[in-house]
Amino acid sequence: MERRVFLKKLAVTAAVAAAIGGSPSVYAKDTVKVGVLHSLSGTMAISETALKDVALMTFEEINANGGVMGYQIEPVVVDPASNWPLFAEKARQLITQDKVAAVFGCWTSVSRKSVLPVFEELNGLLFYPVQYEGEEISKNVFYTGAAPNQQAIPAVEYLMSKDGGGAKRWVLLGTDYVYPRTTNKILRAFLHSKGVSDADIMEEYTPFGHSDYQTIIANIKKFASEGKKTAVVSTINGDSNVPFYKELGNQGLKATDVPVVAFSVGEEELRGVDTKPLVGHLAAWNYFMSVKNPTNTEFVKKWAAYAKKKNIPGQKDKPLTNDPMEATYIGIYMWKQAVEKAKSFDVDKVTVAMGGQTFKAPDGYTIQMDAKNHHLHKPVMIGEVKSDGQFNVVWKTKGPIKAQPWSPYIPGNEAKKDEPARMAATK
Amino acid sequence: MKKALCALVFALGLGAASIASAALDAALVGKLAFGDNDEKIAAIRAFVAQGEAAAAPLLTALAEGQLQTAGERVLIVGDDGAIDAVSGEKVTPLPETRDDVIANNRVRGEVANAVAALRLLAPQREVRLKAVKELETGASVALLPLVKRAREKETDAEIRSALEQIAATIEVKSDDKATRLEAIRALAASDSPGTRSLLGSILLMQQGGRYVEPDEEVRRAAEESLKAVQGRLAWGERAGLLFAGVSLGSILLLAALGLAITYGLMGVINMAHGELIMIGAYATYVVQNLVRAYAPGAFDAYLLAAIPAAFITSGLVGMALERSVIRYLYGRPLETLLATWGISLMLIQAVRTLFGAQNVQVENPSWMSGGIQLLANVVLPWNRIMIIGFAALVVIAVGLLLTRTRLGLFVRGVTQNRAMASCVGVPTARVDTWAFGLGSGVAGLAGCALSQVGNVGPDLGQAYIVDSFMVVVFGGVGQLAGTVVAALGLGFINKLLESWSGAVIAKIAVLVFIVLFIQKRPQGLFALKGRAVEA
Repeated sequence: MERRVFLKKLAVTAAVAAAIGGSPSVYAKDTVKVGVLHSLSGTMAISETALKDVALMTFEEINANGGVMGYQIEPVVVDPASNWPLFAEKARQLITQDKVAAVFGCWTSVSRKSVLPVFEELNGLLFYPVQYEGEEISKNVFYTGAAPNQQAIPAVEYLMSKDGGGAKRWVLLGTDYVYPRTTNKILRAFLHSKGVSDADIMEEYTPFGHSDYQTIIANIKKFASEGKKTAVVSTINGDSNVPFYKELGNQGLKATDVPVVAFSVGEEELRGVDTKPLVGHLAAWNYFMSVKNPTNTEFVKKWAAYAKKKNIPGQKDKPLTNDPMEATYIGIYMWKQAVEKAKSFDVDKVTVAMGGQTFKAPDGYTIQMDAKNHHLHKPVMIGEVKSDGQFNVVWKTKGPIKAQPWSPYIPGNEAKKDEPARMAATK
Repeated sequence: MKKALCALVFALGLGAASIASAALDAALVGKLAFGDNDEKIAAIRAFVAQGEAAAAPLLTALAEGQLQTAGERVLIVGDDGAIDAVSGEKVTPLPETRDDVIANNRVRGEVANAVAALRLLAPQREVRLKAVKELETGASVALLPLVKRAREKETDAEIRSALEQIAATIEVKSDDKATRLEAIRALAASDSPGTRSLLGSILLMQQGGRYVEPDEEVRRAAEESLKAVQGRLAWGERAGLLFAGVSLGSILLLAALGLAITYGLMGVINMAHGELIMIGAYATYVVQNLVRAYAPGAFDAYLLAAIPAAFITSGLVGMALERSVIRYLYGRPLETLLATWGISLMLIQAVRTLFGAQNVQVENPSWMSGGIQLLANVVLPWNRIMIIGFAALVVIAVGLLLTRTRLGLFVRGVTQNRAMASCVGVPTARVDTWAFGLGSGVAGLAGCALSQVGNVGPDLGQAYIVDSFMVVVFGGVGQLAGTVVAALGLGFINKLLESWSGAVIAKIAVLVFIVLFIQKRPQGLFALKGRAVEA
């Protein structure tokens, strides 16, 4: 008995060794492991849990259709618990112990910054599905969310326009970490370039998980009544959004008076909020669940069926899709296409094959991975909250636009090329 | 929806004759549905200029997203079928392919004003009053004739003066200097933030140091009026700040009150206190779901059932804790601290396993949404008012329980001198269990209240444990009155600092303040002269 176990172990080890010899990231013959690195607990779980679920749905779909190059995907799900150093630990574990071929994960920029050195050191591959502040390009990361010029800048331009209300005064409100701080730095420079003076900009930050927004909303009200049309740009992240929007509604700050445009609030974050008093507040994304096209109808239907089948709490009764979920979905399919083009799971080969991949996305466009800068070309949409928690698209770009990870509004960025430095060497 | 219905009912009452006889101008309706935003707004203004009260339901439908187009036709699609927007006839069957007419904020703002203006001539006083409130800010020039007509007809003094204010906000933009000056002076009587904004805009400087408003006399008049308005608004801001402080204070008080019993009176350093709060919040969640599933009609009253449920659940968990772990550790604070901390981690994990790691949704009953308008710039949200009242009730109840009942007498007796109490026949062990259960139950009540303002998740308690200890220590261990004063004081200081320096700095500053205070006065605000001396 014992000998048999020993022999079995030996065989497995040999198989693993053989597999590793052929392609470093493949574990066994017919399956390939990929990592899912999203917070399933803590303050960010409100946003990230759905991304884990949509990733699992996509893997299941790919497996049902024959897998990637004939390999079945075996997801490894870990929970970094909204704890930024833990993200780095879990990423290291995924790459070195589980030997995953790619990792799909992270939401906050602070978590991405935390795992970035790990991915670069161990030459892993990360797909990051959320809009962010730019100021970063890594050869090991593909950014399937928006850069500032694909979300923040168009949103502010819209609010400045006649249709957006012609805002002249700005409140920049965010959670206190790298994404809101950098975005607001870019926006401040952008507003300066449009002739807005510092006296007309108010910047406010709250800690993660903050839950008492009384004074902040009182301050906004006061700031808004000083002579010019005011708009609020919110980069509040995580579950703080629920108390923020509850307070906003209860205090009767209406969108027709002071519109609030949010960059991290979508259908999912508004799930538990009474949206009737919030009608007209805005969000800027590259996709909304309410977008009408056949691809999206199918995507939403698939998600609803999956949520029901897996009995996902909340989603099974009221399935919601949102922008980062769409970006996760696109990222996984583009990775699959790149692997099949490269005919290998090798990170360097897949990275090269990723450039120029196209995919017919639920946002209604065939979108493309930029050949050089690891970002997607995406359409920009601005939506207003409806009374049922969905969004009406009130403005959008004519088509996908190219990402500018190095914002021209941050001094010193002119010289930076939108191409990862070490990319050229690996080509 | 309610608004739309209200508009409909009103329009029927007001213009029953006109609805029956005259259909709406088809060209204008077409513009409203198919035009771009500029054309939509032009059409809305045209309806107002015609004084077409029958257009109110159509406009409200546009703002509420109930307007749809099917080919050339424009439909108002409600819950009970669709009607043709032009003729008002019922449309059956509903055409298969329909497109939504999307109204953005700009259009919706215009609609709100237009509908309000059309209601200015309504026969009911409340309808007119609401319309006037709506128009207080941002009435456009197009509304002036209508506002003037309404002012002449108005008999109610309050509405009349409001109408005069509205006329003034429009006339400020007039070309005639005398009219403008008069309007600006009239605005000095206002107390709305919108007026401040309007007057402020007259005083703005353009780039290059020139004023937007070239006439100095107008500017001076605006400055004077602005000062008067600002003085009035400043009171509102102070009141708002005070309320925010009391509100935060009441939340801190609820969170700390249970601890004031278990730690303050019994001396147990209970690190699992936050988790007892969390259990109370989850009990509320469970009751909410049960009510929704079995008695959806009574959903608005679910809190009434949730309050005792939260108290009993947390109380039982607390008593079980005391019986099984804490009683063996009395008099050993360090071990108690470690053991209860371990228990807190276990409780968090247990809840995670039972309910999932994600936050759960506890919805406010509908009567807790919204708020009351205290002053023009101060709205007091209902949920916060309720929590302040609830905190006061809980404090009174706990106070009475401790001073007026036999159990309270025993608890105080055991705290002061365990051996002597035991000698005179007090069952000290049982009293300990009951007291700990009481403290835990009060923590559960806090959880029930917190579920109405914040998020409910397994980590809920972690956010409050530090604050709770802070309040109890600051107030003075062993004193309920100290806890009350400390909670309200800390809440107020926190809000005051927050409005100056932002939330992040405020939090740090409060902690630094407490550290310094404890250095100076380790016994807290209200100190006992000595544990055994208190009567």
